[in-house]
Amino acid sequence: MPSTDELRQRIEAAIPGSTADVQDLTGGGDHFRATVIAPSFAGLSRIEQHRTVYAVFGADIGGPIHALSLETRAE
Amino acid sequence: MSENPVRDAIQDAIKDHEVILFMKGTPERPMCGFSARTAAALESLGAEYAAVDILPDPRIRQELSSISNWPTIPQLFVKGELVGGCDIVTEMYESGELATALGVEQPSEAQAANAVEGAPLQIDNRL
Repeated sequence: MPSTDELRQRIEAAIPGSTADVQDLTGGGDHFRATVIAPSFAGLSRIEQHRTVYAVFGADIGGPIHALSLETRAE
Repeated sequence: MSENPVRDAIQDAIKDHEVILFMKGTPERPMCGFSARTAAALESLGAEYAAVDILPDPRIRQELSSISNWPTIPQLFVKGELVGGCDIVTEMYESGELATALGVEQPSEAQAANAVEGAPLQIDNRL
C-alpha cells in the first residue's frame, strides 16, 4: 500500500525542483490528494501539469492508487 | 471497418457531442464521488451535455484513457477537446471559466457553492 511519503518522494524525484504535499484522503492508503508546485509547470496548461504528475505513477493510477486528486501550479 | 469498434464509438461520441462527460454511473445515479461532483457542476450551470457510463464495459475506460492520455475518470470533453477531470472542472467551475467554456451563465456565488458541495446528496434526493 503506497504511503503519502512514498508518493511525495516519487513526485519530487521525478519532477525537477518540485515540492509536493500529499494527503491520504480516506486513511485507506488508496485515495490521495497532492498539491504540487514545480517551476517547470510554467507555461503548461492545467491539463499538461496534471498529466506530468499522473505520468510519474503510470499504471499505479487506477491500480494501487485508486484516486489522486491534484492541485498544481508553477510557484 | 476498424478492428476496434469500442475505440471508434468513443471517438464518434466525442466528435458528435459538443459537451460530453465520461463518468462512473449516470448523472442521476453517479457511482463515484468525483463523477458526482463533476456532473453536479454541469447540472448547476444548466449545461446540456451527453453522459457516458464507463462502468458496463472495462474496454471503454481502457480505450478512453488511451485516446485522451488521461488516466482517471471522470473526463469532460468540450468541442472534441479534453477539458479535465474532477479537479480541473471544479476549479474552472469555481472561477467561472467553465461557464465561459460552455457558453452559459454562471449562477450567483451562493447558489454555486451550494450546488457543488451538496452535489451527491442532492442528486440522490432527486431519485
